Amino acid sequence: MSNRTEENKSSNQGIRTHEIVKAGLHRRRAAEIRFKAYGFICIVAGLGFLMVLFGNIIAHAWSAFEQTYVALDVTFDESALDPEGKHDAASLASADYPALLKRSLAAMFPEVKDRLEKRSLNALLSSGAPYELRRILENDPALLGKTERIWLPVDDDVDMLVKGQIDRDIGEGDRRMKDYQIAWIDKLIAAGRVEKRFNKQFFTSGDSREPEMAGIWGALMGSLFTLMVTGALSLPIGIASAIYLEEFAPRNRWTDIIEVNINNLAAVPSIVFGLLGLAVFINFFGLPRSSPLVGGLVLTLMTLPVIIIAARSALKSVPPSIREAALGIGASQMQTVFHHVLPLAMPGMLTGAIIGMARALGESAPLLMIGMVAFIVDVPGSLTDPSTVLPVQIYLWADSSERGFVERTSAAILVLLAFLITMNGLAVYLRKHYERRW
Amino acid sequence: MRHPENIPTSASFSRDHIQTVGNIFVKDARIECRSVDVFYGEKHAIQDVSLGVGRNEVIALIGPSGCGKSTFLRCLNRMNDTIPGCRVSGEIKLDGQDIYAEGLDVVPLRAQVGMVFQKPNPFPKSIFENVAYGPRIHGLASNKLELEEIVEKSLRRAGLWEEVKDYLRHPGTGLSGGQQQRLCIARTIAVNPEVILMDEPCSALDPIATAKIEQLMDDLREHYTIAIVTHSMQQAARVSQRTAYFHLGKLIEVGETAQIFTNPRHQLTEDYITGRFG
Repeated sequence: MSNRTEENKSSNQGIRTHEIVKAGLHRRRAAEIRFKAYGFICIVAGLGFLMVLFGNIIAHAWSAFEQTYVALDVTFDESALDPEGKHDAASLASADYPALLKRSLAAMFPEVKDRLEKRSLNALLSSGAPYELRRILENDPALLGKTERIWLPVDDDVDMLVKGQIDRDIGEGDRRMKDYQIAWIDKLIAAGRVEKRFNKQFFTSGDSREPEMAGIWGALMGSLFTLMVTGALSLPIGIASAIYLEEFAPRNRWTDIIEVNINNLAAVPSIVFGLLGLAVFINFFGLPRSSPLVGGLVLTLMTLPVIIIAARSALKSVPPSIREAALGIGASQMQTVFHHVLPLAMPGMLTGAIIGMARALGESAPLLMIGMVAFIVDVPGSLTDPSTVLPVQIYLWADSSERGFVERTSAAILVLLAFLITMNGLAVYLRKHYERRW
Repeated sequence: MRHPENIPTSASFSRDHIQTVGNIFVKDARIECRSVDVFYGEKHAIQDVSLGVGRNEVIALIGPSGCGKSTFLRCLNRMNDTIPGCRVSGEIKLDGQDIYAEGLDVVPLRAQVGMVFQKPNPFPKSIFENVAYGPRIHGLASNKLELEEIVEKSLRRAGLWEEVKDYLRHPGTGLSGGQQQRLCIARTIAVNPEVILMDEPCSALDPIATAKIEQLMDDLREHYTIAIVTHSMQQAARVSQRTAYFHLGKLIEVGETAQIFTNPRHQLTEDYITGRFG
């Protein structure tokens, strides 16, 4: 009897629970759907911003990969280039090429008489056009004495006009190009003498005051050398430190202090490392200012904590059963670490290392402090030549007033991003490669 | 209701008797432990345990969870050194030499006293590499042919050769649980130890794999001394010649396996074996 009432009570309670749960189910489901929607909106917003950012950069950078060239009929007049008839390289190198160009332009526009107007006419060509002419003659000395149609780069203002960046409608006083200059350009375009070609200059030359002559090769080389120094120093030191701290160091107060300090250093503003580099490397040790060597040393100091932390956490993630198995058959501590733990921790270490290096690639503040903000024209050839790096180059160009530098800044940003994406792609590939082996 | 205290006792030594009952030491012992204490920080995990392990015998260490049998086992090849805060005092002698002596190198010790763990942990390398690693680092083989011979011999002794001889380059982690554990046993015997310690080797395996490994232990007894920690009393009864019963860090009783399981002399041993607690 008593058993039965107990049964009823428990089954009654069963029904009640079920009803209560059902009643609240609607609200719970609604909350879940809302949460998922928030997450989705956040992702879409993030991607949207990313697309706007990239779209903006690409839209500006697109035109930088093309350079306008104009075709001129140039007579390689022997009497002007080589009056003494020496026919050797030295005299050809120092010949008066601008004169040839002026003559060619005068021949095409005979109505231009005024001196000021003549200057404006000659200014249509890039200041690097004479050097281009010299290069062509040096490659093919047989041209001497002949008349050839040569394609030459135009000045950055003309380049901007042809690319449509200069507004033709605003008053002449507000424009860089005068009305008659625009008329000449239009005439040349109508004659089919103007065309846009791939801007090789951008990828092969160093910085320049003239936008059409400016390129990122100098900054690229500087970045490469600096990263080489950073990698060569921070990777071995960082990984070795992490292995020592994680596997061999005793756990006592000193190692605790070291760990706290490393974590703090990883968060120090990077410009502080630049000040340190200035005071210690340049003032005390007397290393060459603005060189990739000093830049690399400063960036090493900055990347070291990041690499140590990433490597340590990779080592911690190796299961202790592997260590025990190795120790159990009599492997020494060194053998256990290098034969078993390290290969398993390698993917994590590599990822951390490459992320650290990618961060170093994009740093400009500490390098400004050690002098890499100077205007460097020559492409650095060694670790001690003065150089600049890509982020700093972007900053310098962004600061320039010429219109031509606007598109080149965006193009340089694209090159930097391509560099970063390649490095991250390499990190992903290396991780997959090492993970697959096990 | 049935309470343990209510049931009439038959063992000669009551539950309060703290001295170890039975023949602790044996003649011509491989391992001799005297007054071993192990502390994990403040916790006194092993209290004044003395035990002898004879040559070529299988001794089973049994007892309820947390009684310290694995801790004691790990003392025998100094694996407790890897645990921070673990202190071992007392004397443990392997073939007459104190393994906790000052300046003793643990590397050759662990080559002499091998260990098989509860969860099979083959290296994430090929089967061949797993077995060959030990002989290689200790320099037991002078050329490739000798190494291959050692690997084959170890795999045969572990009863795994027929199953894997065509797959030696395959990863060791691709084997089944029972095969992995036999691979770990092969790996251990490849360095030619004198003693093999087994810490609940079959607890993660199915009955058939367990039976294979128990059969293996009988074959291994010919060449090695084996100490096995086990939760299963039936397994202890099947494989061992002597059994030691641990309870809350103390060694309660030691004796011939048959005697322990049919006629235990200490009350706590009888309580455990008859299943009053476990």
